[in-house]
Amino acid sequence: MSSSVSITLTHCSRTFAGGHMALQPLDLKVNAGETLVLLGPSGCGKTTTLRIISGLESPDKGGQVQFGQRDVTTLPIEKRDVGMVFQNYALFPNMSVADNIAYGLKLQRLSRFEITQRRDEAMRMVDLQGFGERRIDALSGGQKQRVALARAIAVRPKVLLFDEPLAALDAKLRDRLRIEIGQLLRELGTTAVYVTHDQDEAMALGDRIAVMQAGRIAQLGTPQEIYHQPANAFVADFIGAVNCLSVIATKPDGQLAVHGGELSAPHLLGATEIYCRPEDIQVVPLNQADIKGQVVQSVFLGQTQRLLVDAGGTVPLQIEAPSRQRWPNGTAIGLALPFNVLFHPDKPTTTINTKEMANG
Amino acid sequence: MKSRLRFTLQLSFTLIVCLFMIVPVAMSVLAGLTENYFVGLQSGLTLRWVNEVWELYSDTIWLSIKLALACLLITTLIGVPAAYGLLRSRRRWANAIEELLLLPVAVPGLATALALLLAYGSYREFRGSWLFILIGHVLFTLPFMVRAVLSVMQTAKLPQLEEAAASLGASFRQRFFSVVIPNCMSGILAGALMVITLSIGEFNITWMLHTPLTKTLPVGLADSYASMRLEIGSAYTLIFLVMVVPLLVAIQWAGRLTEQRR
Repeated sequence: MSSSVSITLTHCSRTFAGGHMALQPLDLKVNAGETLVLLGPSGCGKTTTLRIISGLESPDKGGQVQFGQRDVTTLPIEKRDVGMVFQNYALFPNMSVADNIAYGLKLQRLSRFEITQRRDEAMRMVDLQGFGERRIDALSGGQKQRVALARAIAVRPKVLLFDEPLAALDAKLRDRLRIEIGQLLRELGTTAVYVTHDQDEAMALGDRIAVMQAGRIAQLGTPQEIYHQPANAFVADFIGAVNCLSVIATKPDGQLAVHGGELSAPHLLGATEIYCRPEDIQVVPLNQADIKGQVVQSVFLGQTQRLLVDAGGTVPLQIEAPSRQRWPNGTAIGLALPFNVLFHPDKPTTTINTKEMANG
Repeated sequence: MKSRLRFTLQLSFTLIVCLFMIVPVAMSVLAGLTENYFVGLQSGLTLRWVNEVWELYSDTIWLSIKLALACLLITTLIGVPAAYGLLRSRRRWANAIEELLLLPVAVPGLATALALLLAYGSYREFRGSWLFILIGHVLFTLPFMVRAVLSVMQTAKLPQLEEAAASLGASFRQRFFSVVIPNCMSGILAGALMVITLSIGEFNITWMLHTPLTKTLPVGLADSYASMRLEIGSAYTLIFLVMVVPLLVAIQWAGRLTEQRR
């Protein structure tokens, strides 16, 4: 296996014709052998970033792309030694499965023996043995993406790039291929950049995740950091469901009054809003509850159920509850919110603030 | 019962319309094979007229075939890259150019020919050679090649395929020949058959541009109608049909091939 390289983007921005800046000046380093996921809603600049890394697009003047120590900013994609997997497969319909996979190898002018060997190895890795003679239009979506994957890894690229490779597949297949891609990436140890709008995919595959918003990186971190310590409200909301409780007042004893009850959160003093994840809220007897409310709706999800609880706020709270228990609408319910699950991404904590709020 | 009646009526109407169109063709073909058309079929069938046409006009047939093949070569060499260029260029430009390309089809052939004569008629050598007619044919048939290839290119998702090929290390040349050309082959084929058929049957432009030494098949046909026995003209038509009908069938077949690809 070729030794992996790091990718460094320095001050890379991208302005499209018409003046729209799809990517704000961006500095990003992908460590050698690491899988970095670019996550975000459509139009956030994640695909543009990937295309700049690949060489399909160039950064605006002043931007620099490096693979390892090598400056590749002006190199076109065909000279960058990358392997790319596209959302719509982009397989060559005029070639068989085997010829698709061998395409890059033939361009490298390898010996016939080596081409066959590496082609078969790639097919084995994605579990496509025996499909070599098939026509592309005789394959299912999942098989097509396996061919695309094999085609990209067969050339042993320095960098593997994925542009929403699973977005066109149905849920079950998506899960399976996601696991397989994860195994493959660990096996190969190639530096990889993976673009997706799917948070599950991002958390399962990424060594680190860059959450992008409006052409910028909103947060860069491990999946755990992103999920448990989101850097701002956008990240908190984009990764998983999140409840947002407005703080009505801070009591003299330090308790925070919210709709439906009081919370104890010394680390969040001064915050005007408090966040917590649905699965971190516990259902408890009413006399032990921090917050009390009424069930307004329960959504059965199979392995769990999502309760919507009205505690007096503008938006009902979302709570994850065991799926076998029944919660008729209107049931009074008690909720416990331990302080260690409460967070606020960008809380303005100052002592002055606290005093003012305590007095008023 | 009622539906049966309707079916019978529909069938007979269709048959009558078909006969209306086919009978003249059949009569013409038959006339070319009859000993004496005015006496009728009882005078006997013969290949004499076909032979005579071959002796008198075989050079027009060869010229037509030569023209058609040369025309095909040029329209392919120009048309395929042109279609690719249109595909990759910005929309507004591409539309304008596509419409310009259609001009030679919309303008009467006689006008195109006149323009060619005005522009190049004074170059005697060129004026007298078959290459002069070739220019006219290329002008007339090129749009058909470009259109056929472009329509296939537009549905073939070429930009994505090219990006994939480039990511695997293919240079522009390698991408063009290994990905672009093979994936619009059905369009090239459909365009090629169209070009050959149009070139063989082209009369307007050719009639203006030809010299006594550069007569094509349709020009020879007009000549024989004007100056020969009816049987000879009809036998000539027969030869023309034998050449063109297989091409028309092939165009149909290529069209279906294109649809399947989509």
